Amino acid sequence: MSNYIKLIVLGLIAIFAAIGTNYARDLAYQVHAILVMLIAGGLFIWTLRNTDEPDILVDRSAEYMDDVIRYGVIATAFWGVVGFLAGTFIAFQLAFPVLNFEWAQGYLNFGRLRPLHTSAVIFAFGGNALIATSFYVVQRTSAARLWGGNLAWFVFWGYQLFIVLAATGYVLGGTQSKEYAEPEWYVDLWLTIVWVAYLAVYLGTIVKRKEPHIYVANWFYLAFIVTVAMLHLVNNMTVPVSIWGSKSVIVWSGVQDAMIQWWYGHNAVGFFLTAGFLGMMYYFIPKQAERPVFSYKLSIIHFWALIFLYIWAGPHHLHYTALPDWASTLGMVFSIILWMPSWGGMINGLMTLSGAWDKLRTDPVIRMMVISVGFYGMSTFEGPMMSIRAVNSLSHYTDWTIGHVHSGALGWNGMITFGALYFLVPVLWKRERLYSLQMVSWHFWLATIGIVLYAASMWVTGIMEGLMWREVDANGFLVNSFADTVAAKFPMYVVRALGGVMFVAGAVIMCYNLWMTVRKAPAKEASLTVAVPAE
Amino acid sequence: MEEYTILRQFADSWMLLVLFAFFVGIVIWVFRPGASKEYKDTANIPFRHEDAPAPLGGEESAAPHGGDKPATSKEARQ
Repeated sequence: MSNYIKLIVLGLIAIFAAIGTNYARDLAYQVHAILVMLIAGGLFIWTLRNTDEPDILVDRSAEYMDDVIRYGVIATAFWGVVGFLAGTFIAFQLAFPVLNFEWAQGYLNFGRLRPLHTSAVIFAFGGNALIATSFYVVQRTSAARLWGGNLAWFVFWGYQLFIVLAATGYVLGGTQSKEYAEPEWYVDLWLTIVWVAYLAVYLGTIVKRKEPHIYVANWFYLAFIVTVAMLHLVNNMTVPVSIWGSKSVIVWSGVQDAMIQWWYGHNAVGFFLTAGFLGMMYYFIPKQAERPVFSYKLSIIHFWALIFLYIWAGPHHLHYTALPDWASTLGMVFSIILWMPSWGGMINGLMTLSGAWDKLRTDPVIRMMVISVGFYGMSTFEGPMMSIRAVNSLSHYTDWTIGHVHSGALGWNGMITFGALYFLVPVLWKRERLYSLQMVSWHFWLATIGIVLYAASMWVTGIMEGLMWREVDANGFLVNSFADTVAAKFPMYVVRALGGVMFVAGAVIMCYNLWMTVRKAPAKEASLTVAVPAE
Repeated sequence: MEEYTILRQFADSWMLLVLFAFFVGIVIWVFRPGASKEYKDTANIPFRHEDAPAPLGGEESAAPHGGDKPATSKEARQ
C-alpha cells in the first residue's frame, strides 16, 4: 500500500519538475528541475519494480543500524576532499587572478566558487560528519536501534540531494546572497523536510532508549538539530517571485534583515559548528582515551551555559553599522562571557586524558582529537577578542576574520572529524585496527602545519591591511588605495594557499588510509558475525 | 504603549529574571546531594552496548562491554 502512495508522490514530483524544466525562468532552476525530474523518475521506476514483491521481513531490532553510518562516513570523507580542494583553488585564485579563467567567467570565478567552498566544507563535510556521528552516538548511548526504519536513509540521501542542489545552484547563479544561507527557496524547503525527518529519527531513538539517562553528547546533538531548524526557518522567510524561477525576496528588510542574517550566521557557528561537534567531542574523546569524561557536572553546566549565551552573540558581526549601539554592545558582552563555557568545555575535553597523557605519544588519533580541542580553545579565545568593538574596528572586513574562521573550522571541526573517522572506520567495518598509524601521523602533521601557515599568514595580512586602510597623512587624507593593500597581501596569499595544499594532502592520505583499512586491515574475527543473545 | 516598548520592557525584566533563575537553578541542581554517584554511572554510558542494542526483555544476558555493569534498562530505571 505504501508503495502506491510513494508512486503517486514520485510521479507527481516528476511531472511537476518536467513542467518546471519547460517554464524555467533561469538556468539554475532549469538544471535543478531536470535533476529532480530524473531522480524522481528513477525512483518511480525503482519503486514500481519492487511493488507487490513478497516482503522479506527480517527482525533487526537486535542490531544497530550501521549501514547508513557507513555511507555517512564515506560521504564525509568525499565531501571533505571536494570542499578542501575548492578552498585551495579559490585561495590560489586570490593570489593569482588569472585562475579566474576567461572561458568560465560567470561560473567558476571566485565569487561563484567561494559559497561553493563554504557550503561544501560546512554543510557537506561538517553536516555529513554530524549526521553520521550523531546516528552512531545516539544508538550506542541509548542502547537502541535507530527509530523510523528507512527514514534514516531518507535523511542521508535527502541531505546529499540538498548539497548537490545548493552547490550546482551557486555555480549557475541561484543564490539569495545570505552568508551560509545561500540556497534559494525550493532548496530551503527541501532541507526543511529532510531536517524534520532527521529530528524525528533522532528524537525517536532517544525516546525508545534503554539507558535511563540521556548522555551529554545527545544533548549537544539535539540542541544542534533543534536550533538549526529554528535558524533556518526564520532566516529563509522568502517569497518566491515565481514558482518557475529560483529568485525569491526576503520578508525582512533593512537592518532587521541584517540582524536576522547574523543571528543566523553566528548561531550556525554556535550550534552547527560548535554544539554539534561538542557532541562528537563528548563521545569520541572518552572512547578513544578509554576513560569517562573528566567531569560530567561540568559538561551539564557547559551545555546550558553555551546554549544560553551563544544565541545572543550575533550582533558583534554588525559593529559600526545601522544596528543600534545597545544591540551591538549586547552581542559584544555576550561574546565575551562566552569565553567561560567555551573554555570550560575545552578543559573538560582535555582533562579527560588526565592519567592517560602517555597515549598522546603512542596514539596519533587521540593526538588529533586533543589538538582539535586545543584549536577550539584558541579560536574561542580569538573570537570574543575580535568581537570587542575597538578590536573589531581594526579586524572587520580584513583577512584576520578569514584566519579566525579557518583556525576554528580546520583546526576544531576538521581535526575532531578526522579523529572520529579514524575511530569509526575500523569499528564500522569490523577491522582490528587502522591500516597505518604512520599515515595518521603524516596526516596530523600536514594538517597542523597547514593550519598554522594559514592562520599565521592571515593574521599578518589581516592586521596589515587593517592598519593600511586606516592610515592617514598629516592632512587627514588616506595614504593607501585599496589596490595598494591587495598588492601588499600577495606573499601571504601564497603562504595561505600552500597551507591549504598541505591540509588537502593530509585529507587525501586519510582517505587512502581509511580505504586500505577497509580493504586490507585484518578483520575482527569474533565480531564478523553479530552476536545475537539467545532468547 | 507600542509593541516594541512592551516587548522590550518584558525582556528587560521578567524574561531576564526567568532565564537567569533557570540557569542558576541548573547549576544548583547539578551539585545536589547524590549527584556525583549518578553522574558517575551516566558518564560510563559510552562504554556499554557498543556492538548491539540492549536486549528487549532486559535480561542480564547481554555481555558487559568494558563497563562496570551491564545496566539493562529495567534494573537501572528502578
